[in-house]
Amino acid sequence: MFNFKHEWIETNVGLLLVLTMLAISIGGLVEIAPLFFIKNTVEKVDGVRPYTPLELRGRDIYQREGCYLCHSQMIRPFRDEALRYGHYSLAAESQYDHPFQWGSKRTGPDLARVGGKYSNEWQVAHLTAPRSMVPQSVMPDYPWLVKNELNFADIEDRMKALRDVGVPYSLTKSEYDDNVKKFGAQTAEMLSIPDARKNLIAQAQSGNYDGNSGSISEMDALVAYLQMLGTLVDFRKYDDDAFVKYR
Amino acid sequence: MSQEKTQSQTVQTTGHAWDGDLQEYNNPIPVWWQYAFYFSVAVAVGYWLIYPAWPVGGGFTTGFDSITYVNDKGEKKTTHWNTRALFLKETNEAVAAQKPYFDKVESLPFEQIVKDPELNSFVVSSGKQLFSDNCAACHQQGGGGKEGFAPNLTDDDWLYGGHFANIQQTITNGRHGYMPAFADVLTSTQIDQLADYVLSLSRIAVNPDSAKAGDALFHSETAACFYCHGDNGKGRQQIGSANLTDRIWLWANVPGADTIAAKEAAVKKVIQGGLNKGVMPSWKDRLSPEQIKVLTVYVHELGGGK
Repeated sequence: MFNFKHEWIETNVGLLLVLTMLAISIGGLVEIAPLFFIKNTVEKVDGVRPYTPLELRGRDIYQREGCYLCHSQMIRPFRDEALRYGHYSLAAESQYDHPFQWGSKRTGPDLARVGGKYSNEWQVAHLTAPRSMVPQSVMPDYPWLVKNELNFADIEDRMKALRDVGVPYSLTKSEYDDNVKKFGAQTAEMLSIPDARKNLIAQAQSGNYDGNSGSISEMDALVAYLQMLGTLVDFRKYDDDAFVKYR
Repeated sequence: MSQEKTQSQTVQTTGHAWDGDLQEYNNPIPVWWQYAFYFSVAVAVGYWLIYPAWPVGGGFTTGFDSITYVNDKGEKKTTHWNTRALFLKETNEAVAAQKPYFDKVESLPFEQIVKDPELNSFVVSSGKQLFSDNCAACHQQGGGGKEGFAPNLTDDDWLYGGHFANIQQTITNGRHGYMPAFADVLTSTQIDQLADYVLSLSRIAVNPDSAKAGDALFHSETAACFYCHGDNGKGRQQIGSANLTDRIWLWANVPGADTIAAKEAAVKKVIQGGLNKGVMPSWKDRLSPEQIKVLTVYVHELGGGK
């Protein structure tokens, strides 16, 4: 009779490896895969759009500096979180994020709705030297952000890469027209890959996020990104239980 | 480990020996552990039945637990258990518990809120929390402000007014400080004279002749400082121009400068470059009107309210 022995697995590294991976991937698949098929996971809300070129570069810098190691971007539906950070995060709000920045590590506060909470000036001073603003902070200084010129030579490639994974940045006229229908002309303009450089420069100059109008710094991009986080959905338009049915 | 035990024939080892006599037991896991594992599997099945669990087609099994909540239209709704409904239920219960206080805060005028001891302690405790979460990043813990960045809220000097209505207006709609730059409009000497005049308003001993010339400039159409800062230099709270006579400094660090020359340089820098900062965000989209009212009273009571 077939006599199974744990010893076979425990004394055979190759088999142990294969079976371990199998067990873990089943766990992962069961949790994640269904979300791709359940129809009503992503809420139908107005206002969510992909990032503008400048915000996108800011997001890249956010990832480069490892902000996600200490900051989450996911307000959970708990009362204490809502009181401190605002409305809980919706799936719809990160539908254009690749990769998403939800996270579960909060050495610093959640940033999902930090947009507009502080002035640009505060963001610049705080990113450059956090303890100048918050004496008890343990956040490191990022003094190079104001000094470094923003490199956006490859902005089109970055947008094309995201377009390949489904973010509606437009390359062709028909894609642009689709965006006009979906987001309105003003936003569609910002999502046009051929106009990316022009749009990036225009937003950096009109926003002047770092307070120095002479140049476009990495700080301009990062602050532009931070200041739009969580601001796209106008929650006053929805009943307080509008999103319950999506769970 | 005792000698007999390692050499016991009843205990199975993995068969390996390290360093001559170091062996590894190959015991089965304890029975209690094994049954605890089976039990936890059974509990998991219980969870599947109670809570949303398995995807089926385009939907999922919702479980037989339910939550009943009342939404903002007052309708009673029952849904399968989920975190969003639970959140709504808990939030609405907490809101209901605080409602008597917030209703009073909303309906009573500021002066009466302060006089009512119970309401006042509610405002102080909830206002402190709101202030820490939202205001302290700029105005600092305790409201002492930050030189060169955000005004002190504990003194009686107010850029935009220290009455309840002014503070409420400031929190609701935010502020944006502005002063034009004079570097291209005035000569360096003129700016020196103006700096001396401004310092003399704070009774700092500067060259009297220079201050006198600055006085004339201040009230002339050339520099036109009096348009915003007023004839007496006391500022105009409607537009947030600073009172220059009260020895309280936000943008020029005069108290921190040791010498007269350094004090002059600090003031000069502001006159030359102007100001386009002192931005306070608007809070009307982030806080409710009642929360803003609580904060207004809290800030007013920090010490400097008019």
